[in-house]
Amino acid sequence: MSELPPILDRWFAGRGWTPRRHQLAMLDAARAGQSALLVAPTGAGKTLAGFLPSLVELIEQPADTLHTLYVSPLKALAVDVQRNLLGPIEEMGLPIRVETRTGDTPSDRKARQRVKPPQMLLTTPESLSLLLSYPDAAQMFAGLKTLVIDEVHAFAPTKRGDLLALSMARLARLAPEMRRVALSATVAEPDLYRGWLSGTGDLDAVRLVEGDPGADPDIAILLPHGTVPWAGHSGRYAAEQVMAEIAAHRTTIIFCNTRSLAELIFQDLWAVNEAHLPIGIHHGSLDIAARRKVEQAMADGRLRALVATASLDLGVDWGDVDLVIQMGAPKGSSRLLQRIGRANHRLDVSSKALIVPGNRFEYLEARAAVDAVEAGERDPDIFREGALDVLAQHIMAMASAEPFARDALLDEVREAAPYATLPAEAFDRVLGFVATGGYALRAYDRYRRLTEGVDGLWRVTHPRFVTQFRMNAGIIVEAPMLTVRFRNGRSLGKIEEGFAATLSPKDTFFFSGLSLEVEGVKGEDLIVRATARPARIPTYGGARMPISTNLADRVRHFLHEPEQWPRFPDDVRDWLEMQQRRSQLPAPERLLIETFPREGRHYMVVYSFEGWNAHQSLGMLVTRRMETAGLQPIGFVASDYAIATYSLKPVTDPRPLFSPDILEHEFVDWVQESALLKRAFREVAVIGGLVERQHPGTRKTGRQVSFSTDLIYDVLRRYEPSHLLLEAAWADAKARMTDVGRLGRLLDTAAGRIEHVALDRVSPLAVPVLVLIGRERVAQGTVDDALLIEAEALVAEAMNER
Amino acid sequence: MVRFSFAGAELAALAPGALAWPARRALLVADLHLEKASFYALGGQMLPPYDSHATLGELAALVDATGAEEVWCLGDSFHDTEGCERLAPETRDTLRRLTSATRWTWIAGNHDLHAARLADHCGGRVVGEVEVDGLLLRHEADPAEPRPELSGHFHPKLRMTIRGKHVARRCFVASATKLILPAFGALTGGMDAGDPAIRAALAHRPADALVPVAGRLLRFPITA
Repeated sequence: MSELPPILDRWFAGRGWTPRRHQLAMLDAARAGQSALLVAPTGAGKTLAGFLPSLVELIEQPADTLHTLYVSPLKALAVDVQRNLLGPIEEMGLPIRVETRTGDTPSDRKARQRVKPPQMLLTTPESLSLLLSYPDAAQMFAGLKTLVIDEVHAFAPTKRGDLLALSMARLARLAPEMRRVALSATVAEPDLYRGWLSGTGDLDAVRLVEGDPGADPDIAILLPHGTVPWAGHSGRYAAEQVMAEIAAHRTTIIFCNTRSLAELIFQDLWAVNEAHLPIGIHHGSLDIAARRKVEQAMADGRLRALVATASLDLGVDWGDVDLVIQMGAPKGSSRLLQRIGRANHRLDVSSKALIVPGNRFEYLEARAAVDAVEAGERDPDIFREGALDVLAQHIMAMASAEPFARDALLDEVREAAPYATLPAEAFDRVLGFVATGGYALRAYDRYRRLTEGVDGLWRVTHPRFVTQFRMNAGIIVEAPMLTVRFRNGRSLGKIEEGFAATLSPKDTFFFSGLSLEVEGVKGEDLIVRATARPARIPTYGGARMPISTNLADRVRHFLHEPEQWPRFPDDVRDWLEMQQRRSQLPAPERLLIETFPREGRHYMVVYSFEGWNAHQSLGMLVTRRMETAGLQPIGFVASDYAIATYSLKPVTDPRPLFSPDILEHEFVDWVQESALLKRAFREVAVIGGLVERQHPGTRKTGRQVSFSTDLIYDVLRRYEPSHLLLEAAWADAKARMTDVGRLGRLLDTAAGRIEHVALDRVSPLAVPVLVLIGRERVAQGTVDDALLIEAEALVAEAMNER
Repeated sequence: MVRFSFAGAELAALAPGALAWPARRALLVADLHLEKASFYALGGQMLPPYDSHATLGELAALVDATGAEEVWCLGDSFHDTEGCERLAPETRDTLRRLTSATRWTWIAGNHDLHAARLADHCGGRVVGEVEVDGLLLRHEADPAEPRPELSGHFHPKLRMTIRGKHVARRCFVASATKLILPAFGALTGGMDAGDPAIRAALAHRPADALVPVAGRLLRFPITA
């Protein structure tokens, strides 16, 4: 094991600490000149482990150039890490400068950082990509020794991971001595991350360092009255018990799966907060200043509880949290562990957590999550090929830095793991897209942004394209938003334009922990005032996180293994026993479908357990087939566990509705017509640089309206359906929005393994699914024309004065 | 084709956003914004170069389908003053065929104010505004105008949320004496039919958004 320089030894000793084994193992890897992946639970001192080798090197060989570059997925995390590093550095009196660089950094400091960088620079993937787009990048990074990537599990398999992988490939060229270091929570397959980090897939180049496991977490399922409700998915019924837990602990974080649920839970808790304990709310739509205030209050220990969403998932230290409560189903074991990790950042003490399941299926899911955590099972990570829109953005960044040769850049791009097998033809298409839009017509050769010179180098044709690129670069594309404001100008946060469009003056909604009444829309602002009237809930839209495959498999086995049932509460056990008597229990590897009549309608319930996204897609497809078959479907609802359709005529044989060829024909048609693909197209058009982002304050108001990406999509689909961006949108829509992989798995099971049970009335298992009907709004299977005709009739009826 | 009467004239709203005037065998369209994509391409946003082709193709099909002998373009026919010079040769041929096969009139808009060159490049005649059989044709509605008037300019669009689904359609906006046509161009966006700018153009008179759907003309009152 490596020895520490005396000054570091004394610092550790002064705090009564000794370096942990994995911290020294990271130092060993550094001394051997090897890259490293550290996999360790929260509270293991990961950040210090990541920086320790850099501290040692800078103590042993002081240097005044950029030594270590740290990249985290969150700006707030970079700021937090800076704070945590500056402490020890000051205490040891080391001449090491640590600075952050994010979108929030003032431009004069950014300019200075490029000329005279600190020894340690903390940044985000987007800011790094921008840094690499400046001509002086080569000089700035030439002496870089270490790249540290924090929370790599949170974003390596995403588009932001693609961008970072490409930036890594460039950094490797600029800084031949650079080692790569990544810090990760516990993951199912560390080798996938080693391969990603190495770029070339050479696992041996990346040493795997595993932290010691912490004390096992103490997770319980909260059942206020010993019973689990039939319906719901939020655990709202447990407000009083949750309040009692808050009162019994120092600081509690209450995680909710959606922003709107967080607002509701906050209201519910407030209503039973008789002791007036200080409680806050935190989610990604709230105004940034409000979020910072809440974060500071948490860090100072001034809050007793915080209602939060995934915006708090990542590793920022939120102070002295001693309880985490998960409202509703946890959706995945890794996700649950991440959230539990927010409590008690000490390895030797168990983190304490409670899950409040919203209904009986969610109880089974909660049980499955607890079992999975105990068994050390993690959710699988799905790595996919690098996105082409991200590559387009990267090529423009590289061209902005300096002229490049096509072959050299292709070689470099292939050293980024997501693009390792990128065909030359695909690269050329992306290059053509960046240069002229990549149209078959070659209409824009005159207006090209990049041109290949006689020296064989590609360069930007005009500096304004570089400026334009830097203004628009970035991977996160938000839906159009309106700012929620009081009339005095105070901003509360942002809501989606689509939701705002459903609001009329005098409507009320919950936001930022307040009940608000709409006064009107003014430009890009939704003007509101506080009200005492009860409120509707914001529906922020956005994708839902589906139940992970490993938890779904566990739930399937629970259902089919009565020997497990004694562990469950009485009412859950009764529910399953009744299902067994009245119908069947779904078996793993088989697909149970029940049909039954009820109140003049015919229901079909499919227990497929493939998650909300796949079910939503299949629901659309199956109701279309029912329409064609003349069964007169009225609608369907999907949950993480099942799909229920209802129609005027009965389904007598479900088999033809589920034949696998549905994926070949109807699926493609449906996705192309659906809003999903348009949404995906909007994202790739912005990331790929086809259209500019709308910057706050610059949106055109009044007469002239700028173009919409929906219209571009329509034109492109009609005249150049094989265009690069349509392919990229299609890839996104398949992977993320429809969960086509799990849909395929479902249909594979359906082929020949359907158990159809025709019942004379509703089965116990169907109840939690059926109660969703009427709560989830469904307009599926109805085309816009019919909706408009219906709306006109309604308007006419309402406006008729006779 | 859905007929309705406006200021004594029998007109018909066509689903793609054009207006037919059967008594004159005329077709009226507004805001074609031809060569909008190439205008943005000049600025670095390489929008698909098919918009003029798509817009004129659609228009040619309507001329065929309705047997129109007369075409009125109510302004902003090109996205900018240089637009007609950027037309691809084959698209310009399409346009020239159309302008020579019909009595074609360009009404000048705010985007193509110096439209005189239009006629040289593309055929047809250019006018500022014109009265035809008692209807005034111009680019932008004049709130003070007492005569019946057809215009474009605002790109009206009906936006509704029905049963949780957002529906947006190009629409006509009609008051007793004013009819505003939707934009016809393939890449032209829209403005909410109830936007204050449109209500001001209608002099705040009662008005309906008109949407041709499945052989019917749906009417939605614009709330004042």
